[in-house]
This record gives sequence, C-alpha cells and structure tokens, in this order.
Amino acid sequence: MERIGIWIGVFFTFCIFSFLYKDNPFYKVAEQVFVGLSAGYWFMYTVFSILKPNLYVPLTTDFRANWILIIPAILGFMMLVRLIPKIDWLSRFPISLMIGTTAGVSLIRFLQSDVINQLSATMINPFKGSGIIEIFGNFLLIIGTFTGVIYFYFSKKHEGVFGGIAKIGVIFLMISFGSAFGYTTMARISLLIGRLQFLLGDWLHIIAQ
Amino acid sequence: MKNKLPLLITFMAGIIVIVSDFIPHRPFGTISGTIEEWFLIISGFAIILGNLSLFKVNLNKIQFKMENWQYSIVTLFSFILMVVLGVLWGMETNAGFLGHGESISSFLGDKKPFDYLFDNVYQNLSATMFSLLAFFIASAAYRAFIGRTFESKLLVVSAILVMLGRTTLGTYLTGWLPNSLDFLHLPNIASFIMKYPNTAGQRAIMIGAGLGIIGSSIRIILGIERSYLGGN
Amino acid sequence: MATHKPLDRRIIFLLIFLGVALPLIFTLGFKIETTENVEKAFNLIENTQSGSRVIISFDYDPASKPELHPMAKAVVEHAFRKKHKIIFTAFWPMGISMYEDILGQLASEFPDLKYGEDYVTLGYKTGGQVTMQKMGKNFRNVFPSDQLGTLVSELPIMDGIYNFDNISYVFTLSAGTPGIKEWVQIAHDAYGVKTSGGVTAVSAPAILPYVNDQEQLVGLLGGLKGAAEYELLIGSPGTATSGMDAQSIAHLIIIIFIVIGNINYYINKRKEI
Repeated sequence: MERIGIWIGVFFTFCIFSFLYKDNPFYKVAEQVFVGLSAGYWFMYTVFSILKPNLYVPLTTDFRANWILIIPAILGFMMLVRLIPKIDWLSRFPISLMIGTTAGVSLIRFLQSDVINQLSATMINPFKGSGIIEIFGNFLLIIGTFTGVIYFYFSKKHEGVFGGIAKIGVIFLMISFGSAFGYTTMARISLLIGRLQFLLGDWLHIIAQ
Repeated sequence: MKNKLPLLITFMAGIIVIVSDFIPHRPFGTISGTIEEWFLIISGFAIILGNLSLFKVNLNKIQFKMENWQYSIVTLFSFILMVVLGVLWGMETNAGFLGHGESISSFLGDKKPFDYLFDNVYQNLSATMFSLLAFFIASAAYRAFIGRTFESKLLVVSAILVMLGRTTLGTYLTGWLPNSLDFLHLPNIASFIMKYPNTAGQRAIMIGAGLGIIGSSIRIILGIERSYLGGN
Repeated sequence: MATHKPLDRRIIFLLIFLGVALPLIFTLGFKIETTENVEKAFNLIENTQSGSRVIISFDYDPASKPELHPMAKAVVEHAFRKKHKIIFTAFWPMGISMYEDILGQLASEFPDLKYGEDYVTLGYKTGGQVTMQKMGKNFRNVFPSDQLGTLVSELPIMDGIYNFDNISYVFTLSAGTPGIKEWVQIAHDAYGVKTSGGVTAVSAPAILPYVNDQEQLVGLLGGLKGAAEYELLIGSPGTATSGMDAQSIAHLIIIIFIVIGNINYYINKRKEI
C-alpha cells in the first residue's frame, strides 16, 4: 500500500501541475480535496489537542476544581451560534473577549519588541565595528532605519529637507524589497525542488533519497 | 446590550491584560491569566466555527445548485472522510473510537488511515500548490523586474546580488578571490546587504507597523474601532 | 513599429523545470559556505549543557516542508546528540505530523531515547501570542497533558517546568503566524528565554531585525540554504544539501530572464524614441 500511496501522491501532484497549462477540472477537484482534507485535519486536532485536554477532561475528572471552565465553554458555544442568523449577535461576546485580549497583548508586545527594542538595537556606537566595512555597515544601519521611519511619516508633506531625508529612506527600502524578492525566489524554488525530489526520488528512483 | 456590553468586555479584557503586565500580582495577574486560558478554549471553538461555516457554505452551494456546485461535493466528501477516519482509528499517537486500528494500519504500511490520507494526498497537494509559485515568480521576474528608475535599478541589483550570494553558485563564482578582496566575495556581499541596508529597511517597516498595531489596539480597546462587531 | 516580443511563458516554465530537475539528477557539487547567523544558532545548541530542557516548536505545515523539514531534522538531530531533553510543541496543527515524521526518521539513530524522559510531544495549541504568554505564567494550564493524554505531572521530563524558567532555549521552525515573531515577543522579550529559529526564505528578511546586539533572536536559519548550512555544521548532509545545486541553477536562469527582460525593455524604449 505504500507504493500505491506514492502513486496517489503523484496523481494529485500532476493534477495541480496541470494548472500551469490552464485551469481544468482535475485541478479544481484537487483544490477542493485540499480544502476538505485541511478542514478535516484542523477539526480533528482542535478537538483532540485543545477541546479535549483543556476543557472536556478537566471538567469531567475534577469538576469542583475546574467548574469555572464552564464560562469559556458557554462562550465557545455562543461563538458557534454565529451560524444561526437569528441569534448570531450572541457571538459578539466571545469575539469581543478575544479581540480585547489580543489588542491588550499586542499593544504591550509590539511596543516592547518591535518599537522600543528595535530603537535600542539601532542606537549603537557605529565605530565599535572590527573593520572599516563593519563601521560603514553600522552607519548604514543607523541612517537607513532613521530615514526609513521618516519615510513612513505621512502627516507632513515630503518636501524640502524632510522630503530629502525621506528619499534616502526610499533607497534603503528599495534595497530591502530587492533582497526580499531574492529570498522569495529562493523560497519558491525550494518548494519546487521538494516536489521534484519526490517525483524523481520517491516515485521514479532516479535520484537517491 | 447587543452593542455596549461587547464594547465593555473588549475594554475590560484589554485593560486588564495591559495592567497585569505592569502589576502582575493579584487580582490583575490572576484575572489576566484566566482570560488567557479562556482565550485558548474559545479559539478552539472559533476553529470549529470555521469548519462548520465551510460545511454550511458548501452545503448551500449544492442545495441551490450554484455555479460549480459539483466541486462542493468533493470538498464535503474529503472533509467528512478525514473526520470519520480520525474518529474511528485516531491520528498519529491518538486513539480513535475503534482504538489504533492495528490491522488496517499494518495493511497501509504502518500508517493509520487518517495519516495515510494526510501523507499521501494532503501533503502532496499542499506542497505542489505552493511550488507552482516557482514558475510564476520566474515569469514575473522576466516581465516585471525592470530597472526603469534609479530606485527600481537598486531593487533589481540587490535582488540579483542576494540571489547569487545566497546560493552555492555565488561561492563558486567568486571563491577564487584573494583574501584582500574578500569583501567582494558574493556570499559576503549578500550577507552585508542582509545585515545592514536590508535590516535597516525592514526595521523601519517593523517600527512603522508596530506603531500601527499599537494605534489599532488602542482604538479597539477604547471602542473607537468596532468593525469586529459586524453590521447594525 | 516592431518591438521585441516577450518570451512565451511556457518556455520560461519549461526552463525552470529543467533548471531544477537536471541538477538534481546530475549533481554539480558546488561548495556550501556557512554564514554568521546559522553559526550563531548552531552555537546556541552546541553550547547548551546536556540534560537541559528545551522547547522545539513546529509552527509550519506541508506547504513549507521542503524548506523547514530539513532544518527541523538537522536541529532535532543536533539537540538529541547534545542530549538535550526536547519538549515538542506545535502552534500550527500540522506541526504535529511534521515532528512525528522527524521522530520517525531519527528513531534508528537514537534507539535509546525514552519518551517522557528524553523527549515529549505536547501537541497543538491555538491562540498564538496569547497562549504563549499564558505558557510563561502557567505552562501546565496550557499543556495539562501530552499528546497521548498522560498528565504532564506524571512525565519526568516536565519536572519543575511550571513556566519558562527551566527552559534553556526555544527553537522554532516557523512558516508564518503564529511563529517566530510571537516566540521572540513572548519567550525572549517577556520572559528572557534564549530564542532561535528557522524560517522560510520568504519571511527571513523581515525577521532579521530581531538578530541584533540584544539577541532577541540568537541567529536565524533562512530557507533551504540555511538548512543546508546547518546540515554541513552537524556533518549530516540531507535533502537541503542535495537541493543546493538545483537552487543555484534555477537562480541563474531567473537572473538571465531578468537581464533579458531588461534588455528587451531598453531596446523597445530606444525604438520608441
């Protein structure tokens, strides 16, 4: 059955690759199988990995100590009634709790990690580098971050000295986007390599696995 | 109650989580911890809601014979099949209602039916779906990656240098350079771009996005942003 | 006025296909060089004492398997060699299948490892950032039991693990959200645990600002190249190493396309003038 499994995998691989020629029913079927299986997988693991150990087991084994979990359980069911138009407003309560919690956590975490720590990481002594290239790089890092942030400040018109600084920021952003494109290319090619390693290795045994 | 209470819940949850970060003691620490625990459980229900919603949408498509409704049968069948197999014989180390299904697993090459389907169908579909992008990015690079202006030239040049420097080809092409010219070695150029100008640009984006998220969070907590409540 | 016609995209597709397939069959054997960020991540694991409890989180799915699976295998192999006690978690549901696969692949190399003592699989949790924050306050509320349903309190590997205090490092294999960003924000920045990880090449540039003097991230493995470098460092070449030639040739082809595209553009522009 292992070999049959590989053939099934090959069949679906070609179903998806057929899209490169043009959209067709084989691709569409494969796409829907993908959606269905994915949803089934999520469903099963949500039940087995979250709802069972974190809700069902505590409530059924030691109700006295865990009765408070009835509240998230009720809120969870209120979430599900979103599918019933007449009472879908009930889902607003669990959603608001989730949104509020996420907003609170995000506010603190992004402030610390993505703003304050990034500013501290930029406030470096540029001359501490071990060689001329590193010192030059440190200057680029400081100037690039500062001018890049200036570019994202849209409350003031980009003209005069301010506009000039923003323009320098654009240079750094363009280099970033270029390198991001290079990395994106790398990622996409890697995925194709993975597929061909499967076809040429597992299926055709042309290359060693 | 339909509007004001959810806004109050959002406000309270947000404020308690923030305050507990500065005052992690009772009562803030415990309330915040409890909310976070509930969050996990409610998130689980949210995933189930997503699944049920997918089910409902596809069922409607079939019921009202909407365009391409035949494909919805495939979606529902795959979904139900995966769930039934998981419920009956479990997944990986989890047992199902019929135990671990040793006999059927040994027939399938030491794999439970759920895992057999995942390994042979889902994994291949998922990996191939995203590998298509390799072809499209090559086509896009040819058509759209044109150095029309100074800025776009910078973009093209940095992309090419990174693409070369981050592969073994880069090592091969400039590996012969003497130590004194080591900084011109392609992998070193790529590393320099990534470590300094790229990090500077990405950090500026990160700070900008971070400030944006902080702003949105404040708007949500204060009830200025309330689109998550839906219409009405 | 006659202009240079663009290439048929099917020719581009075919060349990319051949550019990847042929080097996989006829290997070129270009040399792999390691980079600073991969060495930093390697050193974190290399220099952590044996017996340390560590978290390796599988936050990806099969869509990014070709990139992240080789690095996951190399990192887990390295950590097991160093006798670290690994707590496997997953913030993406399919992360479970990913680490089960890795454990299956490494079973023959480490036959003496005991479940519950040397490693444990805690399974999947949703909730991302918020759930991770809860782990820092009360680990056992989030993970009351392992994947098999055994209570965490009955597992020797989990002795004394009530939050992140006794965790030596967190290593995440991350394909998006929740993933490395959340681990940095919570595990390192909020609770001071050393954090490192491997990401898809797509997300690597945006994550690099975390690799700084404050060591928000200790090194970073980016894409297949990062995985190949790690395989080289632990002396265990795998699928990432064997894919490097194909990666190089495919990049070369794309660069040639970019050059042709630009030449076409300038020829056509000149003709228009």
